[in-house]
Amino acid sequence: MTPKRVISALFLSSSLLAPLANADIKIGVVTSSTGPIALVGIPQKNTVALLPTSAGGEKISYISLDDGSDPTATVKAFKKLIDEEHVDAIIGPSGSGNAMSVIQFAAESGTPMLAPVGTAAVVLPMTEQKKWVFKTTQNDDLIAEALVEQMKSTGIKTIGLIGTADPYGENWAKVMKDLTQKAGIQIVASEQFQRQDTSMTGQSLKILMASPDAVLIAAPGSSSVMPQTTLKDQGYSGKIYQTHGAALDAFLRLGGKAVEGTILAASSMLVLDEVPNSPSKEIATKYITDYKKLYGETPATFGGNVLDAGLLLQNAIPSALKSGKPGSAEFRNALRDALEKTKEMPATQGVYNMTAEDHSGFDERGRVLITVKNGKWVLLK
Amino acid sequence: MNFQIATLLGQDGLTNGAIYALLALSILLVFTVTRILLIPLGEFVTFGALTMAAMQMGKAPKLEWLLLGLVLIDCALDLYQQIKHHIDRNKMKKIALKLGYAFVMIGLLNNLSLAEIPMACQVLLTLCLIVPLGPIMYRLFFQPLADAPALVLLIVSIALHVAMVGVGLLLFGPEGARTQPFSDTGFRLGTVMLKSQTLWVILVSIFLIVTLFIAFERTLYGKALRATAVNRMGARLQGISPVFAGKATFALAAFIGSASGILIAPITTLYYDSGFIISLKGFVGAIIGGLVSYPIAAIGAVAVGMIEAFSMFWASNYKEIIVFTLIIPFLIWRSMNSHHVEDDE
Repeated sequence: MTPKRVISALFLSSSLLAPLANADIKIGVVTSSTGPIALVGIPQKNTVALLPTSAGGEKISYISLDDGSDPTATVKAFKKLIDEEHVDAIIGPSGSGNAMSVIQFAAESGTPMLAPVGTAAVVLPMTEQKKWVFKTTQNDDLIAEALVEQMKSTGIKTIGLIGTADPYGENWAKVMKDLTQKAGIQIVASEQFQRQDTSMTGQSLKILMASPDAVLIAAPGSSSVMPQTTLKDQGYSGKIYQTHGAALDAFLRLGGKAVEGTILAASSMLVLDEVPNSPSKEIATKYITDYKKLYGETPATFGGNVLDAGLLLQNAIPSALKSGKPGSAEFRNALRDALEKTKEMPATQGVYNMTAEDHSGFDERGRVLITVKNGKWVLLK
Repeated sequence: MNFQIATLLGQDGLTNGAIYALLALSILLVFTVTRILLIPLGEFVTFGALTMAAMQMGKAPKLEWLLLGLVLIDCALDLYQQIKHHIDRNKMKKIALKLGYAFVMIGLLNNLSLAEIPMACQVLLTLCLIVPLGPIMYRLFFQPLADAPALVLLIVSIALHVAMVGVGLLLFGPEGARTQPFSDTGFRLGTVMLKSQTLWVILVSIFLIVTLFIAFERTLYGKALRATAVNRMGARLQGISPVFAGKATFALAAFIGSASGILIAPITTLYYDSGFIISLKGFVGAIIGGLVSYPIAAIGAVAVGMIEAFSMFWASNYKEIIVFTLIIPFLIWRSMNSHHVEDDE
């Protein structure tokens, strides 16, 4: 045989082998590792390498795609995964808006979708289509409840809100309006800003003029820093609250002295050393160590959301395998049912208890109150 | 709204306006000399800020690899032309010099303890790293089609902008960055605290504008660039190389861009993709000046900064809309008042 023929024979045999490899369970992952929400998407994409590789004796293979933060590209990626790759489930996308735009496609094809996004709108209110969606982040109201309770107990009567002009900030404004009303707290100023704004003087002056007891800043990632530094610069002395969007080490680095004493509620991933031992703590510690080994930096909580999606699937696959072979509609159906029956499953973000109505499944074990002390995250006591 | 708030907003508007004015001037300069609308100018701003931030964290900015890559391509093209035509010893020396420069920069960045050296050195290193990118980019992307219609140049410019944003994400990551202020002191003016950084921004901007003005009025090189802007063909006949003019303006634009980035980095958080919106506001200023008049462009840019600051106070969610809607009445007024300018000369 000439070398050329050997090579072509190899190619031929490898293409014959390919269908065998397809018998694995195939999971699609769509993240936004480029574009405006890359901050969220990059740790999520990096986490794919750490996802479980087998479940119920079957190998799991992952197909990771990038949507560039563009909802149209998300739809394309989903269609490709569903129609061409025939995946059994999809993890992603990173953005709230992106997730909203693909729910119908996941539902039509009957593919379970595990969305690591912030907005509760992807699973609430539950509809026939959203039955196929599971959310691996704490709902905003769960986090907000903790903050409002804290405000109430420390005697705060009025608050000011600064939020980003995107679904994240808007949903928070909505959630806070309801919760503060119940708690008897008044929102005296509500301002918006864009992530890329180079100055926040106007908004923060407006807040200062209303002189609230506390200010809540609802912005994802490092955009949550500037409102706070501006407020401090202008001499605001009240308490400042942040959402779980600020739960990043970059927040401490960028904020420096100005973020000292900030209060926020987030998953316990930030203060693992201080929380009591629990299965969640073990999983999160292992995840962080593995991630550090691979990429040389600690992962943002956004990455943990993707890992949880993988763990949920790993947990659900064995019982789904009884109903059908991977790649079949029966398998996907059974997978969805099994995901919905997830009970007391610990993962990085907390403990999951899914029901037909609650596809996020967190309780108060999914969040702790955290504050900044001497430039470090510590548990609020 | 009382006096104190008005001064605070005014101070904010003036700071931003000064930066927009600098950017407006470089957009104008590049446009008049080369007919290129320099959309990637904003990327030089973010590159400057993020490189500074990387240095202050003690990391060698990855931008050095972009510089090395572009220099290598540039030198390869030069060599190819040398071999194709004839070997010129002077040109060869230049190639060696360029390569040497890139390697010296990389050597410096990797061996100095960047976080500890004085801030002036950090600024100097940042500028040394970014300014050469301007002329190299002109050489690689625009020089081969210097005679193309303005529309083609605009499209290439947009492509370069998109590519540079992508490269920015790759080199600096998605996190925002901010740097230490030049000095920590503040000044009290009546009831208002003035941060020293705002003064730095305003003073450096004025200094740069005045220097540019003097350079264009008094020096031979400045006059050569002005001549090219007034009449490209005429200048060429007088022995002014259009390639030189293009490279010089790009170097100047890269310098002004990265200097602006370094100036505002202590005041605000910048992301890899923040540049576009900043340069777009400078562009609004340049449009107000009709893409011809330097003083009007500068005044227009300061006005943009002011309007931005006050609209941020009154209607924070409509800020951008207000700023960019500004451009429409000016365009209408301009198109009614000015005679039609040939698209291509």
